[in-house]
Amino acid sequence: MTDRDEVIGETPTTDVLAAFESNLPGAGRARSLRGLIVQYLPAVIAFLLVILLWEGLTRVLGVETFVLPKPSEVIASFVQTAAVIWGAGFRTLVESLGGFAIGVTLAVVTSLAAARWVGFREGMLPLAIAANATPIVALAPIFNNWFSSTSPVSKMAVVAVVVYLPVMINTTRGLLEVDPAELELMRSLAATPTEVTRRVRIPRALPFFFASLKVASALSLIAAIVAEYFGGPQDVLGQYIINRANLFQFPDAWAGILVASILGVVFYLLVLAAERVFMPWHVSMRSTE
Amino acid sequence: MMPLVVEAYGVGKTFGSGSERTEALRGIDLQISTGDFVSLIGPSGCGKSTLLRLIGDLASPSEGALKVNGKSPGQARLDRDYGIVFQNATLLDWRTVQKNVELPLEIMDFPGTERPARARDMLDLVQLGAFAEHFPWQLSGGMQQRVAIARALAFRPSLLLMDEPFGALDEMTRELMQQEVLRLWEETDISVVFVTHSIPEAVFLSTRVVVMSPRPGRISHEIAVDLPRRRDDDTREQGRYFELITEVREALRRGEGNTT
Repeated sequence: MTDRDEVIGETPTTDVLAAFESNLPGAGRARSLRGLIVQYLPAVIAFLLVILLWEGLTRVLGVETFVLPKPSEVIASFVQTAAVIWGAGFRTLVESLGGFAIGVTLAVVTSLAAARWVGFREGMLPLAIAANATPIVALAPIFNNWFSSTSPVSKMAVVAVVVYLPVMINTTRGLLEVDPAELELMRSLAATPTEVTRRVRIPRALPFFFASLKVASALSLIAAIVAEYFGGPQDVLGQYIINRANLFQFPDAWAGILVASILGVVFYLLVLAAERVFMPWHVSMRSTE
Repeated sequence: MMPLVVEAYGVGKTFGSGSERTEALRGIDLQISTGDFVSLIGPSGCGKSTLLRLIGDLASPSEGALKVNGKSPGQARLDRDYGIVFQNATLLDWRTVQKNVELPLEIMDFPGTERPARARDMLDLVQLGAFAEHFPWQLSGGMQQRVAIARALAFRPSLLLMDEPFGALDEMTRELMQQEVLRLWEETDISVVFVTHSIPEAVFLSTRVVVMSPRPGRISHEIAVDLPRRRDDDTREQGRYFELITEVREALRRGEGNTT
Protein backbone atom coordinates (compact mmCIF):
# COMPACT_ATOMS: atom_id res chain seq x y z
CA MET A 1 0.00 0.00 0.00
CA THR A 2 2.85 2.39 0.80
CA ASP A 3 6.56 2.29 0.12
CA ARG A 4 7.08 1.79 3.82
CA ASP A 5 7.05 -1.93 3.17
CA GLU A 6 10.59 -1.71 1.88
CA VAL A 7 11.94 -0.53 5.20
CA ILE A 8 11.48 -3.95 6.69
CA GLY A 9 14.21 -5.38 4.49
CA GLU A 10 16.82 -3.34 6.34
CA THR A 11 16.49 -5.12 9.63
CA PRO A 12 17.72 -8.70 9.75
CA THR A 13 14.89 -10.25 11.71
CA THR A 14 15.32 -13.78 10.44
CA ASP A 15 18.69 -14.66 11.86
CA VAL A 16 17.62 -14.27 15.47
CA LEU A 17 19.88 -16.95 16.83
CA ALA A 18 23.03 -15.49 15.34
CA ALA A 19 21.98 -12.09 16.57
CA PHE A 20 21.61 -13.37 20.10
CA GLU A 21 24.97 -15.06 20.03
CA SER A 22 26.85 -12.07 18.74
CA ASN A 23 25.32 -10.01 21.52
CA LEU A 24 26.21 -12.27 24.42
CA PRO A 25 28.41 -10.40 26.88
CA GLY A 26 32.00 -10.75 25.80
CA ALA A 27 31.11 -12.63 22.64
CA GLY A 28 33.04 -10.07 20.64
CA ARG A 29 36.07 -10.40 22.84
CA ALA A 30 35.93 -14.18 23.11
CA ARG A 31 37.58 -14.37 19.70
CA SER A 32 40.37 -12.40 21.40
CA LEU A 33 43.96 -12.98 20.41
CA ARG A 34 43.59 -15.93 18.11
CA GLY A 35 40.70 -14.29 16.26
CA LEU A 36 42.62 -11.06 15.90
CA ILE A 37 45.68 -12.83 14.53
CA VAL A 38 43.62 -14.77 11.99
CA GLN A 39 41.79 -11.59 11.03
CA TYR A 40 44.81 -9.37 10.53
CA LEU A 41 47.38 -11.94 9.43
CA PRO A 42 46.81 -11.45 5.67
CA ALA A 43 47.24 -7.69 6.00
CA VAL A 44 50.42 -8.05 8.05
CA ILE A 45 51.88 -10.56 5.58
CA ALA A 46 51.01 -8.31 2.63
CA PHE A 47 52.61 -5.33 4.36
CA LEU A 48 55.82 -7.24 5.13
CA LEU A 49 55.95 -8.59 1.57
CA VAL A 50 55.73 -5.08 0.10
CA ILE A 51 58.54 -3.88 2.39
CA LEU A 52 60.69 -6.90 1.52
CA LEU A 53 60.03 -6.46 -2.19
CA TRP A 54 60.88 -2.76 -1.93
CA GLU A 55 64.11 -3.51 -0.08
CA GLY A 56 65.03 -6.33 -2.48
CA LEU A 57 64.26 -4.41 -5.68
CA THR A 58 66.12 -1.26 -4.60
CA ARG A 59 69.15 -3.43 -3.79
CA VAL A 60 69.04 -5.65 -6.88
CA LEU A 61 68.35 -2.79 -9.30
CA GLY A 62 70.77 -0.47 -7.52
CA VAL A 63 68.21 2.33 -7.14
CA GLU A 64 69.91 5.48 -5.84
CA THR A 65 68.86 6.67 -2.37
CA PHE A 66 67.81 10.11 -3.70
CA VAL A 67 65.34 8.41 -6.01
CA LEU A 68 63.91 5.90 -3.55
CA PRO A 69 65.64 5.04 -0.27
CA LYS A 70 65.67 1.47 0.98
CA PRO A 71 63.22 0.72 3.82
CA SER A 72 66.23 -0.17 5.99
CA GLU A 73 67.62 3.35 5.50
CA VAL A 74 64.26 4.91 6.31
CA ILE A 75 63.96 2.83 9.47
CA ALA A 76 67.50 3.76 10.50
CA SER A 77 66.68 7.45 10.09
CA PHE A 78 63.33 6.93 11.86
CA VAL A 79 65.17 5.55 14.90
CA GLN A 80 68.07 8.07 14.88
CA THR A 81 65.93 11.19 14.44
CA ALA A 82 63.08 9.95 16.65
CA ALA A 83 63.14 12.95 19.01
CA VAL A 84 63.06 15.51 16.18
CA ILE A 85 60.43 13.88 13.97
CA TRP A 86 58.06 12.95 16.80
CA GLY A 87 58.38 16.53 18.15
CA ALA A 88 57.53 17.89 14.71
CA GLY A 89 54.80 15.30 14.38
CA PHE A 90 53.31 16.35 17.71
CA ARG A 91 53.13 20.03 16.66
CA THR A 92 51.52 19.08 13.35
CA LEU A 93 49.07 16.83 15.17
CA VAL A 94 48.07 19.71 17.47
CA GLU A 95 47.36 21.83 14.38
CA SER A 96 45.23 19.13 12.78
CA LEU A 97 43.37 18.26 16.00
CA GLY A 98 42.69 21.94 16.70
CA GLY A 99 41.46 22.59 13.17
CA PHE A 100 39.48 19.34 13.23
CA ALA A 101 37.72 20.35 16.46
CA ILE A 102 36.89 23.83 15.16
CA GLY A 103 35.74 22.59 11.74
CA VAL A 104 33.62 19.75 13.12
CA THR A 105 31.97 22.00 15.73
CA LEU A 106 31.05 24.62 13.13
CA ALA A 107 29.83 21.90 10.76
CA VAL A 108 27.54 20.34 13.39
CA VAL A 109 26.06 23.72 14.34
CA THR A 110 25.38 24.53 10.66
CA SER A 111 23.87 21.08 10.05
CA LEU A 112 21.47 21.39 12.96
CA ALA A 113 20.38 24.80 11.69
CA ALA A 114 20.02 23.47 8.14
CA ALA A 115 17.90 20.54 9.34
CA ARG A 116 15.71 22.86 11.39
CA TRP A 117 15.09 25.73 8.96
CA VAL A 118 14.23 24.96 5.34
CA GLY A 119 15.07 28.50 4.19
CA PHE A 120 18.53 28.36 5.68
CA ARG A 121 19.08 24.94 4.13
CA GLU A 122 17.98 25.94 0.66
CA GLY A 123 20.13 29.05 0.70
CA MET A 124 23.12 27.34 2.23
CA LEU A 125 23.49 23.89 0.68
CA PRO A 126 24.11 24.82 -2.97
CA LEU A 127 26.76 27.23 -1.79
CA ALA A 128 28.36 24.55 0.37
CA ILE A 129 28.36 22.04 -2.46
CA ALA A 130 30.01 24.58 -4.77
CA ALA A 131 32.58 25.38 -2.10
CA ASN A 132 33.20 21.67 -1.60
CA ALA A 133 34.29 21.37 -5.23
CA THR A 134 36.95 24.06 -4.70
CA PRO A 135 40.47 22.92 -3.69
CA ILE A 136 40.45 24.70 -0.39
CA VAL A 137 44.09 24.16 0.57
CA ALA A 138 44.72 26.84 -2.04
CA LEU A 139 43.55 29.24 0.65
CA ALA A 140 46.59 28.46 2.81
CA PRO A 141 48.69 31.48 1.71
CA ILE A 142 45.75 33.75 2.45
CA PHE A 143 45.24 32.29 5.91
CA ASN A 144 48.98 32.69 6.53
CA ASN A 145 48.44 36.36 5.80
CA TRP A 146 45.33 36.65 8.00
CA PHE A 147 46.46 34.73 11.06
CA SER A 148 50.28 35.20 10.73
CA SER A 149 52.21 32.35 9.20
CA THR A 150 54.19 31.77 12.43
CA SER A 151 51.07 30.97 14.43
CA PRO A 152 49.58 27.45 14.44
CA VAL A 153 46.21 29.19 14.16
CA SER A 154 46.75 29.84 10.43
CA LYS A 155 47.22 26.08 9.89
CA MET A 156 44.25 25.25 12.09
CA ALA A 157 42.15 27.62 9.97
CA VAL A 158 43.06 25.72 6.79
CA VAL A 159 42.29 22.40 8.47
CA ALA A 160 38.99 23.72 9.84
CA VAL A 161 37.81 24.88 6.42
CA VAL A 162 38.86 21.63 4.74
CA VAL A 163 37.12 19.52 7.40
CA TYR A 164 34.02 21.69 7.62
CA LEU A 165 32.42 20.93 4.27
CA PRO A 166 32.36 17.13 4.14
CA VAL A 167 31.21 16.91 7.75
CA MET A 168 28.54 19.57 7.26
CA ILE A 169 27.17 18.12 4.03
CA ASN A 170 27.04 14.53 5.30
CA THR A 171 25.64 15.37 8.71
CA THR A 172 22.92 17.51 7.15
CA ARG A 173 22.00 14.64 4.86
CA GLY A 174 21.84 12.28 7.83
CA LEU A 175 19.62 14.65 9.79
CA LEU A 176 17.23 14.93 6.85
CA GLU A 177 17.20 11.33 5.62
CA VAL A 178 14.92 9.99 8.30
CA ASP A 179 12.45 7.17 7.76
CA PRO A 180 9.08 8.88 7.10
CA ALA A 181 7.41 6.27 9.30
CA GLU A 182 9.51 7.44 12.25
CA LEU A 183 8.44 11.03 11.62
CA GLU A 184 4.81 9.92 11.56
CA LEU A 185 5.27 8.04 14.79
CA MET A 186 6.70 11.19 16.38
CA ARG A 187 3.83 13.22 14.95
CA SER A 188 1.28 10.79 16.39
CA LEU A 189 2.92 11.35 19.79
CA ALA A 190 2.62 15.12 19.29
CA ALA A 191 6.38 15.52 19.62
CA THR A 192 7.86 19.01 19.13
CA PRO A 193 10.46 19.60 16.37
CA THR A 194 13.14 19.75 19.05
CA GLU A 195 12.05 16.34 20.35
CA VAL A 196 12.14 14.94 16.83
CA THR A 197 15.66 16.25 16.31
CA ARG A 198 16.85 14.95 19.63
CA ARG A 199 15.26 11.53 19.60
CA VAL A 200 15.20 10.60 15.90
CA ARG A 201 17.23 12.90 13.66
CA ILE A 202 20.43 13.01 15.68
CA PRO A 203 20.64 9.24 16.29
CA ARG A 204 19.84 8.67 12.59
CA ALA A 205 22.54 11.17 11.54
CA LEU A 206 25.28 9.58 13.65
CA PRO A 207 26.33 6.99 11.03
CA PHE A 208 26.63 9.78 8.43
CA PHE A 209 28.45 11.97 10.92
CA PHE A 210 31.02 9.32 11.80
CA ALA A 211 31.54 8.35 8.17
CA SER A 212 32.37 11.98 7.46
CA LEU A 213 34.66 12.15 10.52
CA LYS A 214 36.69 9.26 9.12
CA VAL A 215 37.21 11.20 5.91
CA ALA A 216 37.86 14.38 7.89
CA SER A 217 40.48 12.76 10.13
CA ALA A 218 42.64 11.93 7.11
CA LEU A 219 41.91 15.29 5.46
CA SER A 220 42.90 17.25 8.56
CA LEU A 221 46.41 15.80 8.62
CA ILE A 222 46.83 16.33 4.88
CA ALA A 223 45.59 19.91 5.19
CA ALA A 224 47.91 20.68 8.11
CA ILE A 225 50.98 19.38 6.27
CA VAL A 226 50.13 21.12 3.01
CA ALA A 227 49.48 24.36 4.94
CA GLU A 228 52.90 23.99 6.51
CA TYR A 229 54.49 23.74 3.06
CA PHE A 230 53.34 27.33 2.48
CA GLY A 231 55.65 28.61 5.20
CA GLY A 232 55.77 29.11 8.94
CA PRO A 233 57.74 27.65 11.83
CA GLN A 234 60.42 25.10 10.86
CA ASP A 235 59.77 22.60 13.65
CA VAL A 236 56.71 21.00 12.10
CA LEU A 237 56.34 17.91 9.94
CA GLY A 238 55.66 19.64 6.62
CA GLN A 239 58.70 21.88 6.91
CA TYR A 240 60.87 19.01 8.14
CA ILE A 241 59.96 16.91 5.10
CA ILE A 242 60.62 19.83 2.69
CA ASN A 243 63.91 20.79 4.33
CA ARG A 244 65.32 17.28 4.43
CA ALA A 245 64.27 16.71 0.80
CA ASN A 246 65.97 19.95 -0.23
CA LEU A 247 69.16 18.71 1.46
CA PHE A 248 68.90 15.39 -0.42
CA GLN A 249 68.38 13.64 2.92
CA PHE A 250 65.65 11.47 1.48
CA PRO A 251 65.65 8.73 4.12
CA ASP A 252 64.95 11.51 6.67
CA ALA A 253 62.14 12.92 4.52
CA TRP A 254 60.64 9.42 4.22
CA ALA A 255 60.94 8.93 7.99
CA GLY A 256 58.91 12.16 8.36
CA ILE A 257 56.30 10.79 5.99
CA LEU A 258 56.22 7.59 8.05
CA VAL A 259 55.43 9.63 11.17
CA ALA A 260 52.65 11.44 9.31
CA SER A 261 51.20 8.15 8.20
CA ILE A 262 51.35 6.66 11.71
CA LEU A 263 49.61 9.77 13.08
CA GLY A 264 46.98 9.47 10.37
CA VAL A 265 46.25 5.86 11.29
CA VAL A 266 46.07 6.68 15.01
CA PHE A 267 43.71 9.57 14.32
CA TYR A 268 41.48 7.31 12.23
CA LEU A 269 41.45 4.64 14.93
CA LEU A 270 40.42 7.25 17.52
CA VAL A 271 37.44 8.19 15.36
CA LEU A 272 36.61 4.50 14.98
CA ALA A 273 36.74 4.03 18.75
CA ALA A 274 34.49 7.05 19.30
CA GLU A 275 32.03 5.60 16.78
CA ARG A 276 31.85 2.35 18.72
CA VAL A 277 31.26 4.19 21.97
CA PHE A 278 28.52 6.47 20.66
CA MET A 279 26.84 4.11 18.21
CA PRO A 280 26.99 0.57 19.61
CA TRP A 281 23.67 -0.32 17.96
CA HIS A 282 24.72 0.28 14.39
CA VAL A 283 24.31 -2.48 11.81
CA SER A 284 27.95 -2.43 10.80
CA MET A 285 28.87 -3.45 14.35
CA ARG A 286 26.43 -6.30 14.74
CA SER A 287 28.15 -8.72 12.47
CA THR A 288 31.04 -10.85 13.64
CA GLU A 289 33.33 -9.02 11.27
CA MET B 1 -26.05 5.23 24.36
CA MET B 2 -22.28 4.92 24.61
CA PRO B 3 -20.25 8.09 23.96
CA LEU B 4 -18.71 8.23 20.50
CA VAL B 5 -14.93 8.04 20.02
CA VAL B 6 -15.03 8.64 16.30
CA GLU B 7 -17.71 10.54 14.37
CA ALA B 8 -17.41 11.13 10.66
CA TYR B 9 -20.02 12.94 8.60
CA GLY B 10 -19.57 13.19 4.84
CA VAL B 11 -15.81 12.95 5.11
CA GLY B 12 -13.90 13.02 1.81
CA LYS B 13 -10.22 13.13 0.92
CA THR B 14 -8.72 14.13 -2.39
CA PHE B 15 -5.02 13.98 -3.21
CA GLY B 16 -3.35 16.15 -5.85
CA SER B 17 -5.09 18.33 -8.39
CA GLY B 18 -5.76 18.52 -12.13
CA SER B 19 -5.00 15.31 -13.99
CA GLU B 20 -3.13 13.98 -10.93
CA ARG B 21 -6.27 14.31 -8.85
CA THR B 22 -7.35 11.16 -6.99
CA GLU B 23 -10.37 10.96 -4.82
CA ALA B 24 -9.32 8.61 -2.03
CA LEU B 25 -12.46 8.88 0.10
CA ARG B 26 -15.97 10.13 -0.53
CA GLY B 27 -18.95 10.63 1.77
CA ILE B 28 -17.72 8.65 4.76
CA ASP B 29 -20.29 8.45 7.57
CA LEU B 30 -19.05 6.44 10.51
CA GLN B 31 -19.68 6.39 14.24
CA ILE B 32 -17.58 4.35 16.60
CA SER B 33 -18.69 3.96 20.23
CA THR B 34 -16.43 3.64 23.22
CA GLY B 35 -15.28 0.07 23.65
CA ASP B 36 -15.97 -0.86 20.02
CA PHE B 37 -13.51 -2.91 18.02
CA VAL B 38 -14.05 -1.79 14.43
CA SER B 39 -12.22 -3.26 11.45
CA LEU B 40 -11.95 -1.39 8.17
CA ILE B 41 -11.64 -3.90 5.37
CA GLY B 42 -11.46 -3.57 1.62
CA PRO B 43 -9.26 -4.09 -1.44
CA SER B 44 -6.12 -2.05 -2.04
CA GLY B 45 -6.90 1.54 -2.85
CA CYS B 46 -10.22 1.64 -1.02
CA GLY B 47 -8.86 4.31 1.30
CA LYS B 48 -9.04 2.28 4.52
CA SER B 49 -5.55 3.37 5.60
CA THR B 50 -6.31 6.92 4.54
CA LEU B 51 -9.40 6.94 6.76
CA LEU B 52 -7.30 5.70 9.68
CA ARG B 53 -4.72 8.40 9.01
CA LEU B 54 -7.44 11.06 8.99
CA ILE B 55 -8.63 9.85 12.40
CA GLY B 56 -5.03 10.05 13.65
CA ASP B 57 -4.47 13.51 12.11
CA LEU B 58 -1.61 12.22 9.99
CA ALA B 59 -3.58 13.72 7.08
CA SER B 60 -6.54 16.09 7.01
CA PRO B 61 -9.91 15.57 5.35
CA SER B 62 -10.71 17.61 2.24
CA GLU B 63 -14.37 17.83 3.18
CA GLY B 64 -16.88 16.80 5.81
CA ALA B 65 -16.71 16.80 9.60
CA LEU B 66 -14.55 14.45 11.61
CA LYS B 67 -14.37 14.29 15.40
CA VAL B 68 -12.28 12.16 17.71
CA ASN B 69 -13.43 12.06 21.33
CA GLY B 70 -15.67 15.01 20.47
CA LYS B 71 -12.66 17.11 19.37
CA SER B 72 -10.94 17.83 16.09
CA PRO B 73 -8.47 15.05 15.19
CA GLY B 74 -5.62 17.57 15.59
CA GLN B 75 -6.67 18.40 19.14
CA ALA B 76 -7.10 14.71 19.94
CA ARG B 77 -3.57 14.09 18.70
CA LEU B 78 -2.16 16.92 20.80
CA ASP B 79 -4.08 15.57 23.80
CA ARG B 80 -2.53 12.15 23.14
CA ASP B 81 -5.92 10.50 22.92
CA TYR B 82 -4.75 7.68 20.68
CA GLY B 83 -1.87 5.27 20.24
CA ILE B 84 -1.00 4.03 16.77
CA VAL B 85 0.58 0.81 15.43
CA PHE B 86 1.83 0.78 11.85
CA GLN B 87 2.37 -2.16 9.51
CA ASN B 88 6.07 -2.06 10.35
CA ALA B 89 6.95 -1.91 14.01
CA THR B 90 8.97 1.30 13.47
CA LEU B 91 11.08 0.74 16.56
CA LEU B 92 14.13 2.94 17.04
CA ASP B 93 17.07 0.55 16.68
CA TRP B 94 19.38 2.48 18.99
CA ARG B 95 17.00 1.97 21.90
CA THR B 96 16.43 -1.20 23.86
CA VAL B 97 12.94 -2.70 23.87
CA GLN B 98 12.32 -1.08 27.25
CA LYS B 99 13.51 2.33 26.04
CA ASN B 100 11.36 2.08 22.94
CA VAL B 101 8.30 1.61 25.11
CA GLU B 102 9.44 4.55 27.25
CA LEU B 103 9.69 6.84 24.19
CA PRO B 104 6.13 8.23 24.38
CA LEU B 105 6.49 8.62 28.14
CA GLU B 106 9.65 10.68 27.66
CA ILE B 107 8.02 12.89 25.06
CA MET B 108 4.99 13.33 27.30
CA ASP B 109 7.16 14.28 30.28
CA PHE B 110 6.17 11.45 32.56
CA PRO B 111 8.32 11.57 35.70
CA GLY B 112 11.58 9.69 35.19
CA THR B 113 10.86 7.51 38.19
CA GLU B 114 7.55 6.34 36.79
CA ARG B 115 8.68 5.52 33.23
CA PRO B 116 10.59 2.26 33.74
CA ALA B 117 7.82 0.74 35.88
CA ARG B 118 5.15 1.64 33.35
CA ALA B 119 7.21 0.30 30.45
CA ARG B 120 7.77 -2.93 32.39
CA ASP B 121 4.05 -3.28 32.98
CA MET B 122 3.33 -2.84 29.30
CA LEU B 123 6.01 -5.34 28.32
CA ASP B 124 4.56 -7.86 30.76
CA LEU B 125 1.17 -7.22 29.19
CA VAL B 126 2.50 -8.19 25.75
CA GLN B 127 4.52 -11.01 27.35
CA LEU B 128 7.92 -9.61 26.51
CA GLY B 129 9.08 -8.87 30.05
CA ALA B 130 12.14 -11.05 29.56
CA PHE B 131 13.27 -9.05 26.52
CA ALA B 132 13.35 -5.56 28.03
CA GLU B 133 17.10 -5.15 27.56
CA HIS B 134 17.23 -6.57 24.04
CA PHE B 135 17.57 -4.44 20.96
CA PRO B 136 14.83 -4.50 18.30
CA TRP B 137 16.96 -6.33 15.73
CA GLN B 138 17.33 -9.23 18.14
CA LEU B 139 13.58 -9.88 18.05
CA SER B 140 11.39 -11.66 15.51
CA GLY B 141 8.88 -9.68 13.46
CA GLY B 142 6.00 -10.70 15.72
CA MET B 143 7.89 -9.71 18.85
CA GLN B 144 8.79 -6.35 17.32
CA GLN B 145 5.15 -5.71 16.58
CA ARG B 146 4.26 -6.59 20.19
CA VAL B 147 6.77 -3.99 21.35
CA ALA B 148 5.09 -1.46 19.04
CA ILE B 149 1.73 -2.33 20.63
CA ALA B 150 3.21 -1.94 24.12
CA ARG B 151 4.58 1.44 23.06
CA ALA B 152 1.20 2.55 21.68
CA LEU B 153 -0.53 1.59 24.93
CA ALA B 154 2.15 2.85 27.35
CA PHE B 155 0.45 6.17 27.98
CA ARG B 156 -3.02 4.60 28.31
CA PRO B 157 -4.76 6.22 25.34
CA SER B 158 -8.51 5.72 25.03
CA LEU B 159 -8.21 4.79 21.34
CA LEU B 160 -5.87 2.40 19.55
CA LEU B 161 -5.36 2.80 15.80
CA MET B 162 -3.83 -0.16 13.97
CA ASP B 163 -2.85 0.02 10.30
CA GLU B 164 -2.49 -3.54 8.98
CA PRO B 165 -0.34 -4.34 12.00
CA PHE B 166 0.02 -8.05 11.23
CA GLY B 167 0.28 -7.80 7.45
CA ALA B 168 3.96 -8.71 7.46
CA LEU B 169 3.63 -11.70 9.78
CA ASP B 170 3.21 -15.39 8.99
CA GLU B 171 -0.18 -16.99 9.54
CA MET B 172 0.64 -18.68 12.86
CA THR B 173 2.21 -15.62 14.43
CA ARG B 174 -0.69 -13.65 13.11
CA GLU B 175 -3.24 -15.76 14.92
CA LEU B 176 -1.29 -15.51 18.17
CA MET B 177 -1.09 -11.74 17.80
CA GLN B 178 -4.83 -11.53 17.17
CA GLN B 179 -5.45 -13.42 20.39
CA GLU B 180 -3.09 -11.06 22.17
CA VAL B 181 -4.80 -7.94 20.85
CA LEU B 182 -8.20 -9.26 21.90
CA ARG B 183 -6.86 -9.93 25.38
CA LEU B 184 -5.45 -6.39 25.61
CA TRP B 185 -8.71 -4.97 24.36
CA GLU B 186 -10.64 -6.87 27.06
CA GLU B 187 -8.21 -5.93 29.82
CA THR B 188 -8.00 -2.22 29.01
CA ASP B 189 -11.51 -1.33 27.70
CA ILE B 190 -9.91 0.64 24.91
CA SER B 191 -11.60 1.35 21.56
CA VAL B 192 -9.83 -0.05 18.51
CA VAL B 193 -9.88 0.90 14.84
CA PHE B 194 -8.16 -1.85 12.90
CA VAL B 195 -7.27 -1.73 9.21
CA THR B 196 -6.85 -5.10 7.53
CA HIS B 197 -7.30 -6.88 4.23
CA SER B 198 -7.86 -10.25 5.85
CA ILE B 199 -11.52 -11.27 6.14
CA PRO B 200 -11.07 -13.91 8.88
CA GLU B 201 -8.94 -11.47 10.87
CA ALA B 202 -11.62 -8.76 10.67
CA VAL B 203 -14.39 -11.16 11.74
CA PHE B 204 -12.38 -12.79 14.52
CA LEU B 205 -11.36 -9.50 16.13
CA SER B 206 -14.19 -7.07 15.64
CA THR B 207 -17.49 -6.09 17.12
CA ARG B 208 -18.18 -4.44 13.77
CA VAL B 209 -16.73 -4.85 10.31
CA VAL B 210 -16.82 -1.83 8.00
CA VAL B 211 -16.53 -2.94 4.37
CA MET B 212 -15.09 -0.39 1.96
CA SER B 213 -14.94 -0.29 -1.82
CA PRO B 214 -12.49 1.55 -4.06
CA ARG B 215 -12.44 4.45 -6.54
CA PRO B 216 -13.53 6.55 -4.79
CA GLY B 217 -13.10 4.92 -1.39
CA ARG B 218 -16.40 4.67 0.45
CA ILE B 219 -18.22 2.53 2.97
CA SER B 220 -20.33 -0.06 1.18
CA HIS B 221 -21.52 -2.23 4.09
CA GLU B 222 -21.36 -2.44 7.84
CA ILE B 223 -21.65 -5.86 9.44
CA ALA B 224 -22.22 -6.31 13.16
CA VAL B 225 -20.30 -9.30 14.46
CA ASP B 226 -22.59 -11.08 16.89
CA LEU B 227 -20.03 -13.61 18.13
CA PRO B 228 -19.58 -13.75 21.91
CA ARG B 229 -17.17 -11.06 23.10
CA ARG B 230 -14.72 -13.57 24.50
CA ARG B 231 -13.11 -15.38 21.57
CA ASP B 232 -10.48 -18.08 21.31
CA ASP B 233 -9.31 -20.79 18.93
CA ASP B 234 -12.70 -22.53 19.22
CA THR B 235 -14.33 -19.40 17.81
CA ARG B 236 -12.43 -20.04 14.61
CA GLU B 237 -14.28 -23.34 14.23
CA GLN B 238 -17.81 -22.11 14.94
CA GLY B 239 -20.47 -22.13 12.25
CA ARG B 240 -21.45 -18.51 12.96
CA TYR B 241 -17.84 -17.45 12.44
CA PHE B 242 -17.86 -18.95 8.95
CA GLU B 243 -21.25 -17.46 8.15
CA LEU B 244 -19.94 -14.02 9.03
CA ILE B 245 -16.83 -14.58 6.92
CA THR B 246 -19.08 -15.45 3.98
CA GLU B 247 -21.20 -12.39 4.68
CA VAL B 248 -18.15 -10.10 4.62
CA ARG B 249 -16.79 -11.78 1.52
CA GLU B 250 -20.07 -11.25 -0.33
CA ALA B 251 -20.22 -7.66 0.83
CA LEU B 252 -16.73 -7.15 -0.54
CA ARG B 253 -17.73 -8.69 -3.88
CA ARG B 254 -20.83 -6.54 -4.13
CA GLY B 255 -18.66 -3.52 -3.32
CA GLU B 256 -16.29 -4.43 -6.12
CA GLY B 257 -19.24 -4.77 -8.48
CA ASN B 258 -20.23 -1.17 -7.79
CA THR B 259 -16.94 0.09 -9.11
CA THR B 260 -17.50 2.66 -11.80
